[in-house]
Amino acid sequence: MSNVFVIARHELKRIFVSPLAWAVLAVVQLILGFVFINLLIDYARNAEYGDQFTGVADYMGGALYGFATIVLLLVMPLMTMRLFSEERKSGSLTLLLSSPASLTEVVLGKYLGLVGFMLALLALLAAMPLSLLPGTDLDLGRIGAGLLGVFLIMLAFGAAGLFVSSLTREPTIAAVGSFGLLLLVWLIQILSYQDIPFAEVFGYLSLIGHYEDLRRGLFDSSDVVYYLLFTALFLWLTVQRLDLERN
Amino acid sequence: MESEIRNETLIEARHLSRRYGPTLAVADLNLTLRKGEILGLLGPNGAGKSTTLKMLAGCLAPTAGEVRIKGVSLRENPNLAKRHLGYLPEQPPLYPELTVDEYLAFCAGLHGIPRAARAAAAAQAKQACGLTGVSGRVIGNLSKGYQQRVGLAQAIIHRPPVVILDEPTVGLDPIQIREIRGLIAELGRSHSVILSSHILPEIQATCQRVMIVNRGRVVFDDVVSQDMRFDSVAVRLRRAPQAAELAALPGVARVEELGEGRWRLGVAAGADPREAIAEAAVRGGWGLIELRAVQKTLEEMFVELTSGEEPRNETMGEAKAA
Repeated sequence: MSNVFVIARHELKRIFVSPLAWAVLAVVQLILGFVFINLLIDYARNAEYGDQFTGVADYMGGALYGFATIVLLLVMPLMTMRLFSEERKSGSLTLLLSSPASLTEVVLGKYLGLVGFMLALLALLAAMPLSLLPGTDLDLGRIGAGLLGVFLIMLAFGAAGLFVSSLTREPTIAAVGSFGLLLLVWLIQILSYQDIPFAEVFGYLSLIGHYEDLRRGLFDSSDVVYYLLFTALFLWLTVQRLDLERN
Repeated sequence: MESEIRNETLIEARHLSRRYGPTLAVADLNLTLRKGEILGLLGPNGAGKSTTLKMLAGCLAPTAGEVRIKGVSLRENPNLAKRHLGYLPEQPPLYPELTVDEYLAFCAGLHGIPRAARAAAAAQAKQACGLTGVSGRVIGNLSKGYQQRVGLAQAIIHRPPVVILDEPTVGLDPIQIREIRGLIAELGRSHSVILSSHILPEIQATCQRVMIVNRGRVVFDDVVSQDMRFDSVAVRLRRAPQAAELAALPGVARVEELGEGRWRLGVAAGADPREAIAEAAVRGGWGLIELRAVQKTLEEMFVELTSGEEPRNETMGEAKAA
């Protein structure tokens, strides 16, 4: 188990040594800050939104985190693209494969390092609505559910990206591939609107469907389980893929 | 041989084979590495050296056969077996964005060195590889030779009993090659080393035992020493006698006249006729102006073994006897 943490710490260090992580954090913060200010102006102008059913947390948090998922869909593939493909290209993957760490430990370690980056991103996302705390009566449960949803979405995106990165040796191909995969799983929801058999199943499988409730502040354990299963599936697939490479 | 078998066996590979699709890269290879040995794996490009080393290091699963490291099967208990290994692949596995210290600290942790001992282990490895002066430098900015040393430091940081080095001097300039060779010889005192190369002098300079691989098969596996490959003597005489007189000297098996007073005398197995030749030359007034042992170089053996269709094992037996 200590191998996992050694690899995770190393991965996190490498993520933050590269300018990519800082650029991503800066751009995400810029875009979401812009959206946040817009929402704020909008809300201040039209105070009548704030009736007994919709509070400031609903309006600000809900809209902000809804928009955040789209930004994440664009930036997570950039953060995951290098995880395995670059190591394979530079030959440093051999170091991990010839070390006494098992493949599961290698995959979990790398993923955990990525989770560290996600937490940094999450902190930025939490800071914006929380900055309203001194002036408003914020529904923290509502914000918390939204943040949990964003975090779960990031976990799922990250695991899928990690898997795609283990398939290739070109980081750019990994980025394009994971973006495509995520968008596809996202868009599966469209099928649920069609008049076809198993339409509901497709709706259930979609990445975004499970996020809606959390964004609205509705905590349903089946949604959480969906994201955790999605994450576990892709981590398992990554281990399988690396094992296949050895054979 | 008996005494060597009693030594501890560190790597034992039995009937190792590896296929890449239809190509058989390594076929039925047996390899044993004992404690304190430096084994050179020699072969032309594409002979299966790297594949063999990858299998020994656990980075590639063999199609058939088994590897045991210190008696632990690499298949059944890979994580325990790999603890005894240090591996430097053909391309050193470096993270160019990290400093030497950061990189070595990670490698130490990865090999299970407790946190408190990591700095000491890294310092020792840096000392051994001559890296102390570049501790704080970013690996990507180091020269190729230094990067190779960092790779080497990574392989020995946990003081493994076995170090596997895949073409450690490739791409280095002659001075760096000499330094790395010195380093390997140094390593050989405290570790067992397997080293691959297609550069003959390198193997000759550093290894005690040589394995020549060609097309995935072992064609030669024996001990080399500086004076063993000597199977003829070159002589130059101003006033040469009859060939029969030379042939009659003790220890001379064949006589071949090369012209202009030059002779090549084949040596009988186990004999050294040089002294007898010198004495006879003085007595007979032959005017000896040159006398030297012609060593069969590893290069000749290598070409002989890897160019022919049929591997010729029997010539090696003779050479060893001489």
